[in-house]
Amino acid sequence: MRKMFAVVGITMLLLCSASAAFAAAPIKIGGLFAVTGPASFLGEPEKNTLELLVKETNARGGINGSKIELFIYDTGGDATKAVQLASKLIKNDKISAIVGPSTTGESMAVIPIAEKEQIPLISCAAGIKITDPVKKWVFKTPANDHVAAEKILIQAEKLKQKNIALITVSDSFGSSGREQLKQMATKRGFKIVADEVYSPKDTDMTPQLTKIKAAKPDAIICWGTNPGPAIITRNLQQLGMKTQVYQSHGVASKKYIELATAQAAEGIMLPAGKLAVFDLLKPSDPQAKLLKDYNTDYKKSYGVEASTFGGYAYDGFQLIAAAIKKGAVTPAQIRDGIEKNGRMVGVSGIFKMSPTDHNGLDLGAFEMVRIVKGDWVIVK
Amino acid sequence: MELLNQVTQFVISGLATGAIYALIGLSFAIIFNSTGIINFAQGEFVMLGGVLTIFSLNVLHLPLVAAIVVAVAVTTIIGLVFERLAIRPLKNATPLALIIITIGASILIRGLVMLLWGKDTQALPAFSGTDPISIAGATLLPQHLWIFGVTILVIVGCRLFFNHTISGKAMRACSFNRRAANLVGISVGRMVLFSFVISAAVGSLAGVIIAPLTMTAYDVGVMLGLKGFCAAIMGGMGSGLGTVLGGLILGTLESLGAGLISSGYKDAIAFFILLLILFIRPQGLFKKGETERV
Repeated sequence: MRKMFAVVGITMLLLCSASAAFAAAPIKIGGLFAVTGPASFLGEPEKNTLELLVKETNARGGINGSKIELFIYDTGGDATKAVQLASKLIKNDKISAIVGPSTTGESMAVIPIAEKEQIPLISCAAGIKITDPVKKWVFKTPANDHVAAEKILIQAEKLKQKNIALITVSDSFGSSGREQLKQMATKRGFKIVADEVYSPKDTDMTPQLTKIKAAKPDAIICWGTNPGPAIITRNLQQLGMKTQVYQSHGVASKKYIELATAQAAEGIMLPAGKLAVFDLLKPSDPQAKLLKDYNTDYKKSYGVEASTFGGYAYDGFQLIAAAIKKGAVTPAQIRDGIEKNGRMVGVSGIFKMSPTDHNGLDLGAFEMVRIVKGDWVIVK
Repeated sequence: MELLNQVTQFVISGLATGAIYALIGLSFAIIFNSTGIINFAQGEFVMLGGVLTIFSLNVLHLPLVAAIVVAVAVTTIIGLVFERLAIRPLKNATPLALIIITIGASILIRGLVMLLWGKDTQALPAFSGTDPISIAGATLLPQHLWIFGVTILVIVGCRLFFNHTISGKAMRACSFNRRAANLVGISVGRMVLFSFVISAAVGSLAGVIIAPLTMTAYDVGVMLGLKGFCAAIMGGMGSGLGTVLGGLILGTLESLGAGLISSGYKDAIAFFILLLILFIRPQGLFKKGETERV
């Protein structure tokens, strides 16, 4: 009797697994985001976005009949942890592609594993080192910092500003921006009259700004993420400095204006990802509809506006999804699919991936905006 | 002239920042004075002051004054609960063990605030406008005057309390010799509790008045706490006025260093001074060396 139960049981098990095999196997995707820790402002919207997209995709029946299975881990912004979790994703969860990590430091640390294990990695960090030089298995969705820097310098050229002052934060975002700005500014014939830094937790930047004031620049370029640039904006008002200020794309959110106060931020210009200004775009803009839909969906699910950072994960997933739609299953096929994807409209811009460019964005990824009465106005 | 104006601005900015360090340093010194331990959760009290004020203002829609009172009161209660739950139960713990407990508590508080109120930086509106005031070619904000004012009030208040009230004197007695204090009938436990309550109140008050300038988030306590600790060390952990001078000197040196030498070394300057003082004058800049009587 017992034997018969066993036989029936085994048969049923076999039947079950056989029927599961008829439906397409799920495709496993990994996410590595700094959901907690100092870079959580990046990781949290990225994680939310990826979860939202996967939920939507599966509700529609998956891609080509295969459901997406998602594995997301929190790196806490720590490179060592990111490396451990990346090998966990690859070895235990057997994922076919990774979206993330959130920061440049973590991405650089994870790249060797992705290359060795031959798993496509789509980083959500902006550092230029990630895809320059091009690495076979590594892509990234945020535009390079130098694209934003170039946008600022082009604007300064237009306004005939010759002498510029830099004030940058002393973390990886700031020092990468500082290097890019210095390099490009000299190439374009600008003169850097002051080059100041501040640390991410500084609470008062008047000493640096006083020094900048004495150097009499035509324009000040500030490179950092909140709250530093907001404090600098307030300090500038305190010191009564009327010099034109450019901020980086790192503060392209309403939060910055709120923290700096609309009065102090009046007239400041910055390159913003199009998501920040989607309602100001012409309806003919190819990104307009996608940005609006993304923002509406995100707001419906999480109660807050979508952020540029979440957009990085959005584009990462869309790149993978596009490859799968064209029949890619294995990690190698997904990688080839992403590279040969051609033109794709995303949140961060219009991607044109190629074997020599694993970022695929150009100057069109940013829109130069000016802050007027606490709101963005697109600079013509 | 140009350079003179610059230096005036550096000094004024430095003094303003220094006053913040001084206030936080004072709250370190209060607990040290009566318990001999350094409370590394002090920075968290500062953070709680700012975060709770913004919460009462934006979510509970209280007027500013009421919001500040609520924030200081809640932080004080947290200080009290912290002492009851984490410090009191350990009867014969060494100061080192207690210090490590305070570090643990600071991580716990920071984590809870992050979970409850998120990770966004928030700003409090300035108490009396943002029109800069010019002094000798340099500028400062009305909020800086608030900081100076509150710092002076707290110093005077502490001085009166510790030198002229029974409780204050009893607390000082505890710091000199716990056992002797106990023998003359002072309830040491109650004095320790008192010191945590006062220090949480002062810390949160500091957090409230600086929030319009420096903005606040769940993680601002760490750096502010360390700088305040530097100020307290410079003042020899004890004397009220010494700590205040320590804070002001630290702020001014930082600002001058950032302005005249290199802004990259701003924090390095602060911690270099801290190390230097710990090596050369561990009893603080303004304190005479203690003599052990046999």
